[in-house]
Amino acid sequence: MFTLAIRRDAYRPVQRIALIFLPWLLLLAGWYAIHYSGLINPALVPTPRDVFWRFIELSKTRLPMDVLMSTRRVFLGVLCGIALAVPIGFMLGWYKGIRTFIDPLINFFRALPPIALIPLVIVYFGVDELAKTVILFYASFFAGVIVMYEGISQISPIYVRVARTLGATDAEIFRKVIVPLAVPHMLTALRVALGVAWATLVASELIAAQQGLGALIQNAGSFFQLDIIYVGIICIGFVALFMDMALRAIAKRFVSWQERIA
Amino acid sequence: MTGPTRIAFQNVSVRFPTPGGGDMQVVDNVSYDIRDREFVSVIGPSGCGKTTMMNIVAGFMQPTAGTVTLDGKQISSPGPDRGVIFQEYGVFPWLSVKDNIAFGLSLRANRAASAERDEICSRYMRLMGLAEFADAWPRMLSGGMRQRLALARAYAVKPQFLLMDEPFGALDAQTRSAMQDLLLEVLAAENKTVMLITHSVEEALYLSNRIVVMTARPTRIREVIEVPFAYPRTDALHESREFGELRSHIRNLVMQEYAQQALQRNPQPA
Ligand SMILES: Nc1ncnc2c1ncn2[C@@H]1O[C@H](COP(=O)(O)OP(=O)(O)O)[C@@H](O)[C@H]1O
Ligand SMILES: [Mg+2]
Repeated sequence: MFTLAIRRDAYRPVQRIALIFLPWLLLLAGWYAIHYSGLINPALVPTPRDVFWRFIELSKTRLPMDVLMSTRRVFLGVLCGIALAVPIGFMLGWYKGIRTFIDPLINFFRALPPIALIPLVIVYFGVDELAKTVILFYASFFAGVIVMYEGISQISPIYVRVARTLGATDAEIFRKVIVPLAVPHMLTALRVALGVAWATLVASELIAAQQGLGALIQNAGSFFQLDIIYVGIICIGFVALFMDMALRAIAKRFVSWQERIA
Repeated sequence: MTGPTRIAFQNVSVRFPTPGGGDMQVVDNVSYDIRDREFVSVIGPSGCGKTTMMNIVAGFMQPTAGTVTLDGKQISSPGPDRGVIFQEYGVFPWLSVKDNIAFGLSLRANRAASAERDEICSRYMRLMGLAEFADAWPRMLSGGMRQRLALARAYAVKPQFLLMDEPFGALDAQTRSAMQDLLLEVLAAENKTVMLITHSVEEALYLSNRIVVMTARPTRIREVIEVPFAYPRTDALHESREFGELRSHIRNLVMQEYAQQALQRNPQPA
């Protein structure tokens, strides 16, 4: 009788795929153009082809381990950061009284770039895995906590009132009203934290890392191996992209009631 | 209408603290009884304190002075015996239409077996014209449908009272009139005691047994009007002479209170 859902993308599959690849092809074309334009010394801009072959070569040696180590660090850092950011962000968002006191504190720490903390982290946590995880934890906690509490504080109190008038107990309100409303914000916090953690990765691997994409880039930098630097950067981009896509797919399942997924 | 008193306002006053550190009187010594199975409408200038009075009955707040009792007991908290319909609907966006209606039945306070729950849900979905949308998300519904959903959800737990705060205010004229007829239809089948806040004199006259006209803030009862029309009521009632006379009488009262309110807010130099 009524058409409920409006088709969102009116493109046919072939068109869709073409449209997805188009910006990437343009990027490659631009890259070649810069290389051959003569505006920059071509020796300073390896071609996509050079970078691709370097990628193949590294895939057979250290690259898989680098990707694994970095992914593991990001994963661990984000996991710990979000595990703490969700309850704290929730408290700050829900109990508006606390926020007045805690808000300046959070913004103070959030404003500090994680790189600036590296010397201190080395002093207190040494130079091995723990230190890197701490940096990533720091970055993802502060990114996640803000998203979480901004989101929670915008939840309209009407749903709680409605549930009360239907006879819900406090525990039922938490389980059946507050949790479903908090889940989308948790997922957004997770996505933002992942993005920030990847961005902080190179910094965290500045701490005497032997393995990891950040370490790969650092080492290549000292030997002026520009093509390897490019391989490292592109790998970070792609791994982060895939993680984000996976998370979005999960989010779609959990929050299909929302108009769009942030 | 001479049923037993169900809800009683006794010398109810409400004051709210103001940011300046003082306080503002909103409700001034209101005493009023709502009797069993009565449909009472409350009408008055906006900002006078109508929602505040309903919030006390709903159990969201306590009066500063006086008491509001339900069957003789002071109201202290919300409960499933009093269904509340909010102006902004408050439909749960994360639940389908069917699960919204089933929400109350899934709570410990009124848990129903799943077969019974399904039956209640289908009945109200049919009644409210939502059957085809059982699995739809609320965001896909029109305003009128959301309002019906809120009504169905409140009904599902079988409240003895319905407290409605300008429930049809956001709807267009046709939808609004259809919702009024639907409400009367549903009420005829299941006896309930209703307190309705509205801005529409016509709506109050069409639906209620009694209309309480409130004054500008601090609000008192200006006049209580007995509505003489028998149920079931039909649209033709709007055209009757008596309806017209009562309508102008109540409009006059409300206009006077609005004028009073304007005067209080911008006092004219003498
Ligand atoms: N919780 C509150 N704190 C302070 N002032 C309030 C509160 N609730 C309502 N008020 C004030 O009380 C007055 C009456 O409000 P309300 O009952 O919502 O009016 P109505 O429903 O008649 O439009 C308004 O001036 C409003 O600003
Ligand atoms: Mg109001």
